[in-house]
Amino acid sequence: MTWVNAVVQGILLGGLFALFACGLSLLFGTMRVINLAHGDLAVVAAFLAVEIVPTTHLPAILSFLIVLPIFLGLGYVGQRTLIQTALDRGAFTVLLVTFGLSVVIENVLLELYSANSHSIDIGSLVSKSIHVNAQISIAYLSLGIFVVAVIVLLGLQYFLSRSTMGRQIRAVADDQDAAQLVGIDYRHVFGVAAAIAFATVALAGLAFGMYSSFAPSSGQGPLIYAFEAVVIGGLGSLWGTLVGGIILGVAQAVGGQIDPSLQILAGNLVFLAVIALRPEGIFKGRVAA
Amino acid sequence: MSVAPERTIEEAASAHVRVTRSRRPVRWSIAVVVVAIVALAALPYVVYTGTTDTLVNFFILLTMASMWNLLAGYAGLVSVGQQAFIGLGAYIVLLLGLHSVNPFAAVPLAAVGCGILALPISLLVMRLRGGYFAIATWVVADTCEQLVARSQTLGGGTGAGVAGFQGVDPTLLSANTYWVALAVTVVALASVYLVLRSRLGLVLTAVRDNEIGARSLGTRVTRAKRIVYLVAGAGCGAAGALLAVSQRFVQPGSVFSVQWSAEMIFVTVIGGIGTIEGPIVGAAVFFILQQTLSQYGAWYLIILGVVAIAVAIWTPRGLWGLVSRRVHVRLFPVGYWLWPRSGRNDARTTAPERSGDPASGEVPG
Repeated sequence: MTWVNAVVQGILLGGLFALFACGLSLLFGTMRVINLAHGDLAVVAAFLAVEIVPTTHLPAILSFLIVLPIFLGLGYVGQRTLIQTALDRGAFTVLLVTFGLSVVIENVLLELYSANSHSIDIGSLVSKSIHVNAQISIAYLSLGIFVVAVIVLLGLQYFLSRSTMGRQIRAVADDQDAAQLVGIDYRHVFGVAAAIAFATVALAGLAFGMYSSFAPSSGQGPLIYAFEAVVIGGLGSLWGTLVGGIILGVAQAVGGQIDPSLQILAGNLVFLAVIALRPEGIFKGRVAA
Repeated sequence: MSVAPERTIEEAASAHVRVTRSRRPVRWSIAVVVVAIVALAALPYVVYTGTTDTLVNFFILLTMASMWNLLAGYAGLVSVGQQAFIGLGAYIVLLLGLHSVNPFAAVPLAAVGCGILALPISLLVMRLRGGYFAIATWVVADTCEQLVARSQTLGGGTGAGVAGFQGVDPTLLSANTYWVALAVTVVALASVYLVLRSRLGLVLTAVRDNEIGARSLGTRVTRAKRIVYLVAGAGCGAAGALLAVSQRFVQPGSVFSVQWSAEMIFVTVIGGIGTIEGPIVGAAVFFILQQTLSQYGAWYLIILGVVAIAVAIWTPRGLWGLVSRRVHVRLFPVGYWLWPRSGRNDARTTAPERSGDPASGEVPG
């Protein structure tokens, strides 16, 4: 039964990984940008919540009401200025710039908050859970994060396939020149896509900050997990990303059940096995994002 | 192609132009380099150990940066996981020390070991491209750290001291470390230079300018990139081994830290990616900043990160690019100059700035 519990916890953890993966996948899908500062942006969101909750007396669970708009703006402005400038120079420059950003963000946080661990205080919610039986219990928080991940994925899917802006994003992703010919301002579209990507990063960062403690140097984990989920699931498939996240989560939870120090290693090994055996991912999708 | 005998570029072009490696006779470059090496080798007799110990860190940085430059600047492989080889190199020294191998003798063995380990790793990570390749190398480095930290004989997560330094005079030890570091750096730079002057260097230049075009001409692009990955693995392994020898202690969290990648990338980008001289200039700038800002914690990394971002966007050829655009100096000529056989002997009117000279081309995209 402890193994069943590990699998259940792993599936729920997969929701968090899928949430992390959304933003990475969306940026790559629309503008071929690999954002190496992805994880550090999530940590920034978590630190923002740490600052906001005591000053505004907002319940921590509602901190996204402030963090999300900030990240929407940050994403749009960041894309229109820094990312687009780098993009004009080529994919190579984008990698250098986002990696530079990652190091800068991490070290600025280190100067501001020292290397100590922080966490977003969510009160009694952290310990509340549904007891299925003696061995299996599902924490409200894990379940909530999983549900949020599914809602975000559904929303993204709906947005990309049905809304005008979603269609424009897919058009620009498919063929930038042709999209421009029919009058789409690709820079604005990129900006909107980046804003949405950053917003999902903020959500993931907040979930991460409630789920576990974090420090300025915690950005590496989220980036790697997001990337592993995307690759395991198959590039360019939103639902593949969710399945990839779940596979990664189960691998980590089962590994951690064997030996707590095995958790991250087990996830990495599953990822390496996937690129060795099936580099196109388990589900190969065609959707732009 | 199969009938015609292989001709060198010099022979092929000899009918119309004279081909040289550089504008000035190469022996001046060689003289400068030899004098620099001799002067550096004599330093332990002249200065205190504090200075040479500092220079060891400079040599480690320069070796790492030159390797990253070879990877990213010439083979287009943007790795953010070269710390895998730094760590593995350091741990090979530690492991060999447990079997009473002299740590200094272990440095070349660590380089060879990392070169060998780079082969299976390249088979995995080179299945992915661009940014995905970059993060995959990071995952590999993370995995190596996790695996090594599980070994209790290697000190687990807390690390262990390198054996074999007991009873050696500290001054002599410091001087030996310095000479080994200097030797590793010279060998690393010479290897990069020789790789780029060889046929492989021509292949890499062709790939950088137009990969699809190079492939369609039958160039074995993947093989060329893999060789570069192995060389860079061996070089970073040697740098990691130097780290273990100079610090005499190996800790997984520190030797496998992504900070090494940050340093080698910033050094190369600021100095000038895609030139051999770039990392040397960058390492000097980085080192001076690091030394002057050392009491302000992580600020040197923040400043260097911002500078590297600015350089990557606005002057992609870096500081060396700014210098060499004005004065035509090549310490390490890897390209060709064409001189017309008739008429004025002025290369500037005929020498193709970009196509003939890998050191002056663009950064790969």
